[in-house]
Amino acid sequence: MTRLLLTGNAAAAWGARLAGAEYFPVFPITPQTEIIETLGRWIDHGEMGGRMVTLDSEHSMITAAGAGAAAGVRTFTATSSQGLLYGMEMLYTVAGWRVPLVMVNVSRGLSAPITLEPDHNDILAARDSGCLILHAATCQETVDAILLATRITEDSRVRLPVVVNLDGFYLSFTREPVTLPDATLVSRFLPDLDPGDYAFRADKPVSEAVAVLGGGPYSYFRYETHLASRAGLAVFQEAAEDYAEIFGRMYGALQNHKAADAEVVFVQMGSFATKAQDAVDRLRARGVKAGLVRPFLIRPWPGEDLREALKHKKAVVVIDQNISMGMGGVLHSEVAGALYGHPDMPPVLMSAIGGLGGRDIVFAEYAALAEEALQAFESGETPPPRLLYSETELREIRKLQAIAAVEHLEHEGDEP
Amino acid sequence: MSKSSRFARMKDLPSAHLLGAGTAMCAGCGGLEAVKEVYDVLGKKTVFVNAAGCMTLTAVYPFTPFQGSWLYTAMASAPAGAQGVRDALDILKAKGRISDDEDLDVVVLTGDGSAYGMGLSATSGAIERDLDFLYLCYDNEGYGNTGQQTSGATPLGARTSTNTLGFSGDKKDLFAIWAAHDPAYVATVIGSEPLDLARKIEKAATMKGPRLILALSPCPTGWDYDPKDTVQIGKLAVKTGIWPLKEYVEGRVTHTRIPHPRVPVEDYLKLQGRFKHLFEPKRDDFTIADIQARVDAYWAEVENGEG
Repeated sequence: MTRLLLTGNAAAAWGARLAGAEYFPVFPITPQTEIIETLGRWIDHGEMGGRMVTLDSEHSMITAAGAGAAAGVRTFTATSSQGLLYGMEMLYTVAGWRVPLVMVNVSRGLSAPITLEPDHNDILAARDSGCLILHAATCQETVDAILLATRITEDSRVRLPVVVNLDGFYLSFTREPVTLPDATLVSRFLPDLDPGDYAFRADKPVSEAVAVLGGGPYSYFRYETHLASRAGLAVFQEAAEDYAEIFGRMYGALQNHKAADAEVVFVQMGSFATKAQDAVDRLRARGVKAGLVRPFLIRPWPGEDLREALKHKKAVVVIDQNISMGMGGVLHSEVAGALYGHPDMPPVLMSAIGGLGGRDIVFAEYAALAEEALQAFESGETPPPRLLYSETELREIRKLQAIAAVEHLEHEGDEP
Repeated sequence: MSKSSRFARMKDLPSAHLLGAGTAMCAGCGGLEAVKEVYDVLGKKTVFVNAAGCMTLTAVYPFTPFQGSWLYTAMASAPAGAQGVRDALDILKAKGRISDDEDLDVVVLTGDGSAYGMGLSATSGAIERDLDFLYLCYDNEGYGNTGQQTSGATPLGARTSTNTLGFSGDKKDLFAIWAAHDPAYVATVIGSEPLDLARKIEKAATMKGPRLILALSPCPTGWDYDPKDTVQIGKLAVKTGIWPLKEYVEGRVTHTRIPHPRVPVEDYLKLQGRFKHLFEPKRDDFTIADIQARVDAYWAEVENGEG
């Protein structure tokens, strides 16, 4: 057992190395690049085996990754944000190929305006792709999630790509102590990849990803993909139990904090949920029975676990670090979909949007949301969705707008 | 050309054909004609990595005309799919997990829509990485599968469903774009010249690295002519000099057929409905002369330079 101080990106690279990935089609993008640079350095210096190839785009990268996996080698790749969207056609496509593949996405807000810091609109754009999604909140979880993902993606009941998500900057570039799984124990957790009959060999020709005609065959294969993803719930559970037995760390589809006896619960995912965890502790110190439910498994969506975790609560506040334009928080609607119509569900399900483009979410905001949610429980009236933004931030943007206006006027003055 | 070719004359061409019949391609498809001839020479130890186009509909669940393997990718990234398969097979061979006998030749199969446009970035990348693969483009000079809209391969004057009065630009020189990358091999072929095609595929099959085969593919539906004329139109494309048969090896372009004397381009144009507006209701002498002048200029350069 080795304990190291690692960035989230280095932890991701370690995850791929320990998982025994042997093929790495890559393309750089901030804030993911450190992952592929680390792997490339290890391969070049003989510290690990494997073949790395830099493609011309993420679209090509995901194509090559899917094709390599289809030919029967353990494949790993990584991207972020615009790259994930640029490759989105192929993300859906390789999921339909039913290939085992692990890809890390380092979350970063989407253009426009172009930015570098994180939110979750990138990964949530992949939520309907057929890929399974795990969302790590710490560097330790990043390593562990990649090993879990490798096991799940290669399980014959699933055989769908798994995306492991971590947040850019706040996790990708933050060092945390990480206990690396013992490489000699990994083979107990991860058997060698068995491609079965699904690989390209001269003596066993196969046609993959052929066209279908008509809605009947198309629906059949799409339903099969959905059911394989749903089978991922049980496969995740088995993998997590084995992982706990071998490496001593247990993961649930939900990683909760003081949720069992809470009256008001935050639902939030990713590294920013550690801010919610801290807020829960501080609210508890004030006598507020707060808790946190943090989805670790995003696809398949663990609806049953959510109902179990949230039943009999007075109020739930879903904090979305994403925004579905014209609708609101994506997780809020996903949680609502899981809870609605079932008995004993919380009467208050509030929505708040925060953390877009890396905007901080501070304790005062968590405290205000918890208070508002508990008041809503008393009054029976759920408040409208909250777009978190402070007066200070508003003053700052007004200053920038004032400067922009002056620049604009000066420029106009230059015109002949 | 190559003296050692096993294809000395027409009767040396394979008499048994590998590609199955009954595909959904149109009657008289010049692309399928070329693919069939290529496949006979390459053989079934191949995996065809396909880009979206007409040929995507050769393999429709649960049927395929190919005796070897097939992977459909998307419109833009078939060469990247070829990269993934090639790399994986090399990894498996290096680790002794498959034998050399189980190995496959990787073949990209793409139309001109992808090859001249959306797929160029992925293709260029595969060539610069010296990927060991064959790239077969059936070029019917438009987005044929969607009803012959203008593509990067559409020639001057051709009517398409998005340039109904005739295209005012001209066909891009994909051969030159490929050759500028200095790959192992680049060749133009056409199904109506099967001996020239077979010799080039035979030659390409012995090479390693990126090998690019560009097949002009007369298209009855897109070019608007009677399917029975596919071979005649193909032969005229060569005789008029509109479609030069040539190859690029080690920095040198060689023409494998120099049409002499060249037939006037209008003999080729007037057989096709897509050029009908150049002749009726009023003859467009300016455009016909322009097309002829471009062909003449090409061959003048060939005669002055390499030959």
